[in-house]
Amino acid sequence: MSMKITLNGEDRTVQPDASLGELLEMLDLKGKRIAVEVNLEIVPRSEYDNFKLTESDTIEIVNAIGGG
Amino acid sequence: MATAAESLPLQTDTPLVIAGKRYQSRLLVGTGKYKDNEETRRAIEASGAEIITVAIRRTNIGQNPDEPNLLDVIPADQYTLLPNTAGCYTVEDAVRTCRLARELLDGHKLVKLEVLGDEKTLFPDVTATLDAAEILVKDGFDVMVYTNDDPLIAKRLEQIGCAAVMPLAAPIGSGLGIRNPYNILTIIENAEVPILVDAGVGTASDAAIAMELGCDGILMNTAIAAAKNPVLMASAMKKATEAGREAYLAGRMPKKRFASASSPLDGLFF
Repeated sequence: MSMKITLNGEDRTVQPDASLGELLEMLDLKGKRIAVEVNLEIVPRSEYDNFKLTESDTIEIVNAIGGG
Repeated sequence: MATAAESLPLQTDTPLVIAGKRYQSRLLVGTGKYKDNEETRRAIEASGAEIITVAIRRTNIGQNPDEPNLLDVIPADQYTLLPNTAGCYTVEDAVRTCRLARELLDGHKLVKLEVLGDEKTLFPDVTATLDAAEILVKDGFDVMVYTNDDPLIAKRLEQIGCAAVMPLAAPIGSGLGIRNPYNILTIIENAEVPILVDAGVGTASDAAIAMELGCDGILMNTAIAAAKNPVLMASAMKKATEAGREAYLAGRMPKKRFASASSPLDGLFF
């Protein structure tokens, strides 16, 4: 059993009951300077481990890059 | 007896104050279009800028984990980061971007708002800009807002509560310099918040002209990054910004239609 989510515009599967924190850990993004939105709501850094992902969640992970 | 040099004090400038914070440099720079992070770092250093804009974009997932992070070369504790809403054409996208930026930077409230209206000119959609500014100011952001050179819109953005109003000199990345100096002058004269020219600056004289009009500061990216020698241009821009500011504070001579000789007529021997 696995869960389908959309991450940065791409389809992905994750473990059912996965937390956002676990997903970030798997992506090697834990502790990096990012911000995360799930279904258009920002999830604060302090909530990553508590936040359980749900089927069809749309996740955006952003960071700062060069721009004018 | 005082010499000529001692009799008139050099007027020292007051710091630039934006959203309650003081800055020595009136030159603000962007971080886009550079060859790499090292060139970005060197150019920023040469510019003397303290406020640096960054863009907010999707993180590259699973690509290069050792990819150097821009914030490693422009650390948030050494510079004031100014996240922008570049690429946003709607109020919703701009507000979303600012909220993500605030989360990304641990509650940092200073943002550069731009809501674009057209891909070719990158002119601002001013009605959307007014709406987005209102939402963001209510949400507690310190908004530095990119706008056109319409003095009415500039004043309305100020009245909404923006921390600074930033009229364009010319289209973003065009390098055309100030297209409408009289409008910029009107905006400056009517303003009670800092006015910074943002976008369209091309070379050092453009920066000096902006400062001579009385701008509180100037923001540029392409003018430095797209120069053949960006680090040297950054240095030129630093000097131009300072020179223009000093010329403004010094109070220029009036323009005259006809000549006025600089040497006396008394004592002519022919």
